[in-house]
Amino acid sequence: MTLRVLCLMALLTAMQSWAVSPVDVYTFDSPEQQQRYKGLIAEFRCPKCLNTNIAGSDAPIAQDLRRTVHRLVVQEGYSDQEVRDFLQARYGDFVLYNPPFNSRTLLIWLVPLGLAIVGMLVLFGLLRRARQQQAVNLDESQRQRVRALLEE
Amino acid sequence: MSRASLFIPLGIFLLIVSVGYIGFSLDNRNELPSALLHQPFPEFSAGVLGDPDRRVSKADLLGRPTMVNVWATWCPTCKAEHAELMRIAELSDVRLVGVNYKDVAAKARRWLVDFGNPYEFVIVDQDGGLGVELGVYGAPETFLLNAEGEVVYKRVGEVNRRIWRDELAPRLAQMGVYKMPAPETENSTMGSGR
Repeated sequence: MTLRVLCLMALLTAMQSWAVSPVDVYTFDSPEQQQRYKGLIAEFRCPKCLNTNIAGSDAPIAQDLRRTVHRLVVQEGYSDQEVRDFLQARYGDFVLYNPPFNSRTLLIWLVPLGLAIVGMLVLFGLLRRARQQQAVNLDESQRQRVRALLEE
Repeated sequence: MSRASLFIPLGIFLLIVSVGYIGFSLDNRNELPSALLHQPFPEFSAGVLGDPDRRVSKADLLGRPTMVNVWATWCPTCKAEHAELMRIAELSDVRLVGVNYKDVAAKARRWLVDFGNPYEFVIVDQDGGLGVELGVYGAPETFLLNAEGEVVYKRVGEVNRRIWRDELAPRLAQMGVYKMPAPETENSTMGSGR
């Protein structure tokens, strides 16, 4: 009986691990290499699925790109930057979550900076104006009226 | 604060709304600018569908204008555009080459028997390796190469009558592999290709 339960448990455990990780099985020469692979696949955007990295996507193209990154890292000995250049040359800036600074991406880099500067200017303007506003001088009768109004 | 400056927030609001309206109505989020445009077609070596002994490489795509069409039997849009490809093969002298992308060879051969074969030959890309070289992220995709093997135009998605009329026909005419029909209006600039 216990043997049966154990068998069932083992089977369920095995099935579960099979079910939750339909990931590709890759071998690496060293743990560092595996770390680099993991870092790289987290860095690229899946071309088909708009906003998922290729590590987190099950799209066939993401699987192909993971396999490609693995091949470049393990077999071809590419550096991280060479892998980035490789994918960028084929899929364009789109695959990079960190877009390069060039004429086409000028706007996305500069607009937030510009808005921050505008915001600061407005803030300083408001502060200066607040400081420049002088206290109003009231004579004694006016003061009394104010006090009377406040006490009401 | 002057009265006019009270309208500044409204102006900013309208600016944001119009940028958003234009941006979201473009609906080009599925279109990636091709990195391969105006670049030489990559080198490759691959097998040919239905001809296991033959290997082809980039050299087989050179010499005259060539349309490389990436397709697969699992891709419904490829089915939709097949008739148009047949028509293009009929109408023009462009060399049509297929790339059978991540497909089963037997199914692909069956498809060409059933629906007709517009291709001069079909490159087999079973594991998607050539697809990665081409920056393919779905099928169908179509590349137009000039005689020197440079990508002059790329279409992601279906090649339909509109794409033919607006994008492909004028380019093929310019490259001299298609004769534009007599223009209905007088001011056709493309002229008839020789």
